[in-house]
Amino acid sequence: MTPPTASHEPPTLPIADTPALEAQGVTMVYGSGATSVQALIDVDFAVRPGEILSLMGPSGSGKTTLLMILGGLLHATCGVVRVEGLSLEGLPDSALARMRLARMGFVFQSYNLFPALTALENVQVALELKGRDLAEGADLLTRVGLAGRLRNRPKQLSGGEKQRVAIARALAGDPAILLADEPTAALDSANGRAVVKLLGELAHDLGRAVVVVTHDLRIGDLSDRVVRIEDGRIVE
Amino acid sequence: MNGTDPLRPPTPSFGTVPRSALPVAARFGPWRTRMAWLLAWRNLAHDRSRFAVTLVGIVFAVVLIAMQVGLFLGFSDATTVIILHSRADFWIAARGTQNFEMALPLDKQALYQARSVPGVAHAERLLVQFGPWKKPGGGNEGVLVVGSDLNTGLAGPWNLVAGRLEDLRQPDAVLIDRVYMDKLGVSGTGVATEINGRRARVVGLTQGIRSFTTSPWIFTALRTGQRFAGLDAEQSNYVIGTFAPGADPARVRADLTRALPRADVYLSAQLAERTRDYWMFTTGAGASVLVSAVLGLLVGSVIVAQVLYATTVDHLTEFGTLRAMGAPRTFIYKIILGQAAISATLGHIPGALVAMALAKGSELAAAVILIPLGLVLGLYWVTLAMCILASLVSIRKAMGIDPAMVFQR
Repeated sequence: MTPPTASHEPPTLPIADTPALEAQGVTMVYGSGATSVQALIDVDFAVRPGEILSLMGPSGSGKTTLLMILGGLLHATCGVVRVEGLSLEGLPDSALARMRLARMGFVFQSYNLFPALTALENVQVALELKGRDLAEGADLLTRVGLAGRLRNRPKQLSGGEKQRVAIARALAGDPAILLADEPTAALDSANGRAVVKLLGELAHDLGRAVVVVTHDLRIGDLSDRVVRIEDGRIVE
Repeated sequence: MNGTDPLRPPTPSFGTVPRSALPVAARFGPWRTRMAWLLAWRNLAHDRSRFAVTLVGIVFAVVLIAMQVGLFLGFSDATTVIILHSRADFWIAARGTQNFEMALPLDKQALYQARSVPGVAHAERLLVQFGPWKKPGGGNEGVLVVGSDLNTGLAGPWNLVAGRLEDLRQPDAVLIDRVYMDKLGVSGTGVATEINGRRARVVGLTQGIRSFTTSPWIFTALRTGQRFAGLDAEQSNYVIGTFAPGADPARVRADLTRALPRADVYLSAQLAERTRDYWMFTTGAGASVLVSAVLGLLVGSVIVAQVLYATTVDHLTEFGTLRAMGAPRTFIYKIILGQAAISATLGHIPGALVAMALAKGSELAAAVILIPLGLVLGLYWVTLAMCILASLVSIRKAMGIDPAMVFQR
């Protein structure tokens, strides 16, 4: 486990013992026979509330495949994924969708905001899906430093602002787990630093379990643990 | 692997609990759909030119369908206008008569036989006869002469805009409709001409009494009509009448049928239906306008389907994002069906207004387009159904998205 760097505040919440998210013997094979490809091989790890775990490794190493399996978007060939102790194995897609809705937030590299909606409305979509008060949207955007940009549409926002809207949307409904796919890859240095700082606060101040697929060393430095994947295997 | 059964989990799991675990407001309540409707609207409005194409397509379909159905209603109305505006309860015509306009000569005795049937309060002769109208400026035009008893006014003209009904008591007097003045070469009342080689004089005008055939209606007194047709005072092709108060129409009609074995006896609604069916379906005239209406529906459906599908394809990533976030299928249905409903509503309103304006403009034309409020409302549901049907392909596309696509770059 990589200890927190000195560059950020010490955790205000203790890391719990029970994993928020756990992978056990996860293996993913695409195709069959001679043309099959092993994307993941016997992956084991756990993330606890208040912890940031970075998945790092070269392109094609299986990081994103692992993130999709952790999010219930892809079924592992074998192995078990547990969310707050409950196995996802055998759950139908509808149950997996409800699990994601209730327990997870997603942050994507290309933001995936709804271009026709304002920043506030983007967050409110998630709030409505989770049955929360739409008025919480302004609070969430204020929390990520966008109080003055509520009525702006994505095309009127910078890359960093878009990613912060995406993070606010992911935080709607207080999910226990945040899964982020290359959240700083499309950002410049300053915006990248702001997003890294925000992710740190989410984990260490708000007690979220955060899993980040990244090549960004700043996130690696911020993480409580870095898992390195090469050729589908955890190497470190 | 623990082999969790989502239907019977050993412990509470996401397979059974989360829906009920969500706040009540998340499961019910109108505001649950607020953002779905907003997304539906914004997805459409985001690309204004495409949305305009959608609306133009829907307006086109609505106008086309409304025009064709309106024409059908107008034609239907024209085929039965004399029958349904009369105050007659029953109509007696020679056996084998197919429609109101082309009745065969009736036995002279039919009038007296009808009057002798219990339950008949009144019976009189009516003449409906084709004849050539000599246009004052030259040429001939076929007309349908309706000669009726002016004393009872049972099947006389209505909607007089010039002249008086009493004027028809003058020798050779006739009424024509304003719609047909040009067709008959008549500039106004007082014009003299010939029907079937016999003198006729226009003494008044009606408004909006159209004929389904190309031959305009000419109203006159029974005896004048008989003279135009070269018939004597006891010849006609209809006997019409009224039932005595309290009489059972079905029973009296049956008695009339028994008393007049060589004639057909109809209640007014029956003759109207027979005449309408003859002109609208036997001749194929009605079928052609209904086919055009169906074609309008198909064209509209295809246009809407194409545009909604293109809109859906444009927003596939967003639908994938929603599914990755865990949005239920119903939320995505609501967005796409919302787009269909918004398109239908915004397309129907101008379409209906254009159709009503065209219908208004047809009031002075020979072929009237009838667009009653019921048709406007019914057409909305047809438009909505058309748009929803057109959106099914889009729903299929959106639901076929793999939510993992949002991670695949």
